[in-house]
Amino acid sequence: MACYAENNIGVSDAGQVAMGRNRQWIRIERYWERTQFPDVEARFLPIMCQQCAQAPCEPVCPVFASVHSYDGLNTQVYNRCIGTRYCGHNCPYKVRVFNFFAPEFPAPLNEQLNPDVTVRSIGIMEKCTFCVQRIRRARQEAEVQGRPIYDGEIQPACVQTCPSGALVFGNGVDPDSQVSRLMRSQRGFRLLESFDTGPSVVYLKKGGTARV
Amino acid sequence: MSDPLQPPANWAIEPPPPPPVPAEEATPEEAAEALAATGVVTLQAATEAELDSLDRRLDERVFRSMGSISIRYVALFMLAGLVVTVGLFAWGYQVYNGIGVAGIRRPVFWGFYITNFVFWIGISHSGTLVSAILRVLNVEWRRPLTRAAEAMTVFALMIGGLFPIVHLGRPWRFYWMIPFPNERGLWPNFRSPLMWDLLAILTYITASSLFLFFPLVPDLASARDRATGVRRFVYRLLSLGWRGSQQQWNRLHLGMRIFTIVVIPIAVSVHSIVSWDFGVTQVEGWHSSVFAPYFVIGAIYSGIAALMTVLVLVRRGLHLEDYITLRHLDRMGKVLLAVSVIWFFFFWAGFLTDWYGGNAISREIQRMHMFGNMAPLFWTMLGVCMVLPFLTLWFRRVRTSPGAILVISLLINLGMWIERFLIVVTSPMRNAVSFNWGTYRPQWPEITITVATFAAFTLLYLLFSKAFPLISLWEVKEGWRIDRWRREGVMEVESDVPSIEGAAAGVTAAVEARS
Repeated sequence: MACYAENNIGVSDAGQVAMGRNRQWIRIERYWERTQFPDVEARFLPIMCQQCAQAPCEPVCPVFASVHSYDGLNTQVYNRCIGTRYCGHNCPYKVRVFNFFAPEFPAPLNEQLNPDVTVRSIGIMEKCTFCVQRIRRARQEAEVQGRPIYDGEIQPACVQTCPSGALVFGNGVDPDSQVSRLMRSQRGFRLLESFDTGPSVVYLKKGGTARV
Repeated sequence: MSDPLQPPANWAIEPPPPPPVPAEEATPEEAAEALAATGVVTLQAATEAELDSLDRRLDERVFRSMGSISIRYVALFMLAGLVVTVGLFAWGYQVYNGIGVAGIRRPVFWGFYITNFVFWIGISHSGTLVSAILRVLNVEWRRPLTRAAEAMTVFALMIGGLFPIVHLGRPWRFYWMIPFPNERGLWPNFRSPLMWDLLAILTYITASSLFLFFPLVPDLASARDRATGVRRFVYRLLSLGWRGSQQQWNRLHLGMRIFTIVVIPIAVSVHSIVSWDFGVTQVEGWHSSVFAPYFVIGAIYSGIAALMTVLVLVRRGLHLEDYITLRHLDRMGKVLLAVSVIWFFFFWAGFLTDWYGGNAISREIQRMHMFGNMAPLFWTMLGVCMVLPFLTLWFRRVRTSPGAILVISLLINLGMWIERFLIVVTSPMRNAVSFNWGTYRPQWPEITITVATFAAFTLLYLLFSKAFPLISLWEVKEGWRIDRWRREGVMEVESDVPSIEGAAAGVTAAVEARS
């Protein structure tokens, strides 16, 4: 999993995973349309932190560990987190994962930790960051070179590894970016819109032929 | 022994009955004791000398219970201490290995610990609310009960207040919630209900400690006057130079008047804030406007039940049957019955609206409660919190039977614990996206720590009972005097409730008159 490798996510043993304590930042959830074999069809929905504009996890944190960054990311300050797990309850998507134990990196995983990303300690919340380390690096490079960030320059690990290009990342404020054009598609929907959290992730539903 | 609650035949008009003890040989104290046991009430006022003898008897009884340590006390103390030690070990194990040793998981991030938190904060509402409301209403029979209730509040808060720390992922960083200036310029988030919790609990524990301490000062002074050696030194420090001057009494009464009124809104706000931990979230089953009043009434309910448990045990353990009487249990039983009905009303108001709302998630939560794997807990809760008190507490025989009250009040608190457990745990199990559904199974550290909290409460109470009078001596004595003045028409007293203590005083007077 690209996400595990990029973000130094600790692995959990089978028992912990069975309890629901795996630390997956992006989960592929199946929706079964038809389940009678051989007539089966499943739809897949990759679910990661939706980076809500009005994130329910933020106001409930007593120590400002869950905060909004200036560029609209919903960030988790690992150093500051004391582990009340309140944010996990208030997240409608339940994408926040908790370090019930200290993360483990059994060999050879310990040889490939990403130096750009913190290894989280025990007892704190973590979640998808949209690979904030890549965003920051691209921004700094662009600033040094005195140019805007190119469309498609930033690729989170999941986007980079998706062979079919099903995931697109970009600047939603720029109306000409690829992601903006996709977001305007009639097929677009956001997850659990009734909660009015303003997610930054837009899914495109099946059907329709609109191409961008 | 005749029923002490029957109105006496000689009520006001008839002459007092012949005393059961030959008055010639008996000292006034013995005669009063014997007569008080019959529960006969007269409306005659006691004389100064009789009041003094009652005072002496009360002082002697209470201070004797503080001074002696029985084998049973030692055994109970050791047992409670052992359980607390095991609980501390379990906590240490959890801190060392990580909160993962508890059974919580995604999506049920809170379990036994938050249940215990809500439960103990609920218990803490006994003292301030019961004693403050009874004080405000000038209910005379409160006098022997207030101290036990106020002590309970402080101990329950000490225990309940620990749980937000116990449940943290990084408990050693709990102080980051406290707003203190620091070199990093960091500040806690006052929008978070957990911050409100912290402030509410700190306010409440400060207020309720003072509420316990203020009326304790005169009693500490009388303990000081009796004690010797180190104890005398400690009591002297604690009694703050109390000499019983008129000015000091005036200040005490003024302070208590202010505090009694101030502490009621504090207590109500504390459990409202605890309820808003749940009420302001987006979690279906928690997000509810009825939660604040429902939690407050639930807190009062479990608090009164716990107070009755303690009263039954204390009157038995410290031989205070003459002061914490069946009459008190009877009246507290009526209060308990009334509160149980109000509690059920709030429960039903929430349940019914959820039911008719027809929201898929809350329907699923209700299904789990009524027919699913939570059904045994749910029906036990309703059985012991609603059906049991309603079927039993109507009867005076039940209300005046300490054994029955002990069983009922313990069961009610079991039910109220289950009620909090169902609220805390079931709602997060079901949410808007079905692949995030989950479950929860408590593990041994959680269970051990939960059991240990009850032992810790017992331990604190045992210690308190030997260090401080569990009955507010001066308030009881004051009650006797007020009673006397009322009977003599010296003073206009706004209470028409005859007190058993006053009755005892009157009995002494009757005996004196005859002999």
